Amino acid sequence: MKQERKTKFPALFFLGVEVSPLRYLYFKNLKVMDFPMFHLDWLNDRVLIAIIAILHVFINHSLAVGFIPYIVWLEQKGVKNASKDQVTDLEWDNFIYQKMKVAFIITTTIGAMSGVGIWFSAALISPASIGSLIRVFYLAWFIEWIVFVTEVILILIYFLTWKNSNVSLKSKLKHIKFGWYLSIFSWITMAIIVAILGFMMDPGNWNNQHSLINGVTNPIYLPQLLFRTPTAMLVAGVVGMLLTTLFTSKDSEMRNKAIKYAGQWILGWLPLSILGAIYYWNVMPEAMKANMATAVGSIEFAQYYDLLKYFIVGAAFLSVILALFAWIKPQQIRFAHVVIPCLFVFGFLGIFERVREFIRKPYVIGNYMYSNLLRKEDYPLYKKDGILPYMTYTSVTEITEENKILAGRDIFMNTCSRCHTANPNGVNSIVYVFERMYGFGKPLDENSMKAYIPNMHNGRTYMPPFPGNKKELDALVAYIKNIQQTGESLEGVQTTGIKVNPKNNASLIAEKMEKAKKEQEKQLTQK
Amino acid sequence: MLLQVNIPIPKDIPLPLPLPEWLLVILLVISFLLHIIFINLMVGGSLVTLWAQIKGLKNKDYDTFAHEVAKTITVNKSIAVVLGVAPLLSINTLYTIYFYSANALTGFAWIMIIPLVTIAFLLTYLHKYTWDSLEKNKQLHIGIIASAVAIFLFIPLIFLTNVNLMMFPEKWAEVQGFLSALMLPNVLPRYFEFIGACIAVTGIFIVWYNSRKNYPVEQIYSSFTRYELKKIGYSIGILGLSLQILFGLIVLFTLPSKGISYSVIAVMGGAGSFLALALWFSYQSLISEADKIDTHLKKIIFSVLAFMVFYGGSRQMYRHNSLYKHQELVAFHTAEFQKLSKEARENPTEEKPELQVDESLGEYAKGAAIFNQYCAACHKPKEKLVGPPVTEMSSIYANNVDGLKNWIKAPGKKRPDYPQMPGFPQLSEEELNELSKYILSVKN
Repeated sequence: MKQERKTKFPALFFLGVEVSPLRYLYFKNLKVMDFPMFHLDWLNDRVLIAIIAILHVFINHSLAVGFIPYIVWLEQKGVKNASKDQVTDLEWDNFIYQKMKVAFIITTTIGAMSGVGIWFSAALISPASIGSLIRVFYLAWFIEWIVFVTEVILILIYFLTWKNSNVSLKSKLKHIKFGWYLSIFSWITMAIIVAILGFMMDPGNWNNQHSLINGVTNPIYLPQLLFRTPTAMLVAGVVGMLLTTLFTSKDSEMRNKAIKYAGQWILGWLPLSILGAIYYWNVMPEAMKANMATAVGSIEFAQYYDLLKYFIVGAAFLSVILALFAWIKPQQIRFAHVVIPCLFVFGFLGIFERVREFIRKPYVIGNYMYSNLLRKEDYPLYKKDGILPYMTYTSVTEITEENKILAGRDIFMNTCSRCHTANPNGVNSIVYVFERMYGFGKPLDENSMKAYIPNMHNGRTYMPPFPGNKKELDALVAYIKNIQQTGESLEGVQTTGIKVNPKNNASLIAEKMEKAKKEQEKQLTQK
Repeated sequence: MLLQVNIPIPKDIPLPLPLPEWLLVILLVISFLLHIIFINLMVGGSLVTLWAQIKGLKNKDYDTFAHEVAKTITVNKSIAVVLGVAPLLSINTLYTIYFYSANALTGFAWIMIIPLVTIAFLLTYLHKYTWDSLEKNKQLHIGIIASAVAIFLFIPLIFLTNVNLMMFPEKWAEVQGFLSALMLPNVLPRYFEFIGACIAVTGIFIVWYNSRKNYPVEQIYSSFTRYELKKIGYSIGILGLSLQILFGLIVLFTLPSKGISYSVIAVMGGAGSFLALALWFSYQSLISEADKIDTHLKKIIFSVLAFMVFYGGSRQMYRHNSLYKHQELVAFHTAEFQKLSKEARENPTEEKPELQVDESLGEYAKGAAIFNQYCAACHKPKEKLVGPPVTEMSSIYANNVDGLKNWIKAPGKKRPDYPQMPGFPQLSEEELNELSKYILSVKN
């Protein structure tokens, strides 16, 4: 019997971590993974991520990145406008403090948790892609984390020392200075995240170079940052004005002053935001087209892109009107006047993120992993043998007439369920998308679907190619037809649990491994 | 043999770890400890606040004490959340397939953490900022913190269920949802040990908080002295440490044998002795005179921190032992798959689905084949399918081949009752020529 060699890292002796050659191999040469599929058959998996992520972006832009400099600016105004014998205009200062309190409470609850929620939901819905991204971006995210911890501690100090700083002019000015540092930190967290987002969309480099530098040098990094920064300021100004209309009584002098300042703030940032938007809008499709032939060329993209254009124009126009009015006639501004531009700028931000997400298609990681979480380089193998034999969780490996629909269900789960629901009433349901093509309420024609699916990525470039073989295509089509007839929905593993693929279970693989080891030993002794 | 049939061996990610494994393990253990200290303070702080506020209905100073502790919860919870990101990143990197699989299998509970914790956080703010305005409605006010406490007590169950489930791939096929995963052995004892830790750490924190020189105890409380407040802190600490020792022993005896080794037991034993030490010093402090009550504080803090490092270390060792064999199988399976994938990539059986050219169609054969591949899913020769029939195209573009070609490359929308057609910019000029030749040949 040959003893397996084991080495111990001195640093890890305490933790008892041993590293064997096989284990080393495990971490050096990992390939393809498969996870139990969490699935929401009505809401749609992507919608879950989208809701959480968009909520996070709204809060992050309007109440953190843009809002903190806005608050510090107003806090400074209080000191400037105070009479000589006062540190600051106390009534004004208290009012600005109340605004900051709202931002503080929302960012440290919904803001912070929706940020964590992006990780949680991505882990459930897109484990293969987020797992790959973390392996590549661990250090970037770690740095981001350090900046972020600093930001949260600064926010806590800034908010909690506000009242105490009012005792002397010196401490008040120090507090304001501190606020500016905080503003810089919250901007840096955004600048890093944009780099990570940029890299994910830079397909050419994914396979060659994995570093954050690629994210920063990505052609849409700078446009995105130049657009996001003033837009965050703009949104913060609109939200700030909204809070003013809520917190102050009508016709009070303080209210008029605050509304006027908000108008000036919006007008100051708006031109930069528009310039940033135009720059970004012009540069994006070219930059993306140069990189990959993807969803950018499709009609669906053009529609989103048009919508974005209207939202940019609409949001800019409404903001100008609002800001001018606020400047000239602040006493006439009411909550109702601010709420519409506010919804519009949020809508604009939302569509912007939607377009940015759409650009990735059909990939989730450019040229590397399709949005069905299967890696491009494994497609030839799937085409040859089918995907079912290689799935970790399926009960069917040989398709027969009897188990066809069951097989189709497992194929659907592993290749379609990240974007489509089975339930005919679900969001973006598979039955709906086919009925939209072939007529609502009409029985689906299996032959047409069989002709369409293998070619769909040619016409609809945002779709990944179907990975399975001929038999699997038949099974999938039979399943889709079946759900149209029965209206049956598809439960995820969070309720049904898993079935282990009989071809991939531990005993078979352990046997294979033993054989391979013996083989290896034989070769060694022969030498 | 029968059991092994139900053990899945997934394949893992094709990318190398970003840092050496040992460094990631160290980062995981240390960042997790930092995170958990603040979680302890958040959960323990809210428990103590609830208790003190109820006591405060009779004794006003307890109400003040509750208010003072409540002010720390909202700060500690913010730090706790942000500190949690680093261990989350690290465990995702080191144990990708194990952690994500456990997440998916308990999916609903896992994602419910987000809204539930958000609500609990909002409740703690509401509670803190309504202390004066709800003065006359104490029941309601206590109800708010009680709801937050209920959520804070539930959330750790979800986390513990996940980190437990990830260590036992052999149980994955048996589990159906969160509740069945919760029932796996060892989750509940670990949970109660954790609650003990929350109480213990908070007790010690209260002692430290009240021994700060610039903290004006005399101005805040009407009758409580520093000495009494510290005694409350030590009592809470002693309660927590005792719970920890009790449930720690149960954890040890109910650990599934899979990951146990002598070294795990030794390190856990070491952790336990530090707990005992902390308990002993806390007791000594509690019974000492007012001027000597601080003498052991540093020793207690050191013992608790040492306990955490040892306990965290032993958990990591246990995890390592539990998954070691499975990871080898995963490595082998993954390498096997990689080999197959590479072979298939290098010897593609069929290039793209080849055009099915039917030579009998003569000069239109190639165009017809292209049509079948790209267009037939939506267009039939003589009837409407998704789009209009081919005969309509041939009559519209009869004398306008370029118009037809341009439309195919980048279609617009002209029929309100039809869906818009996707463009086919990937077709070459030659393919477009063949295709349009065929389309224009189809006549009524």
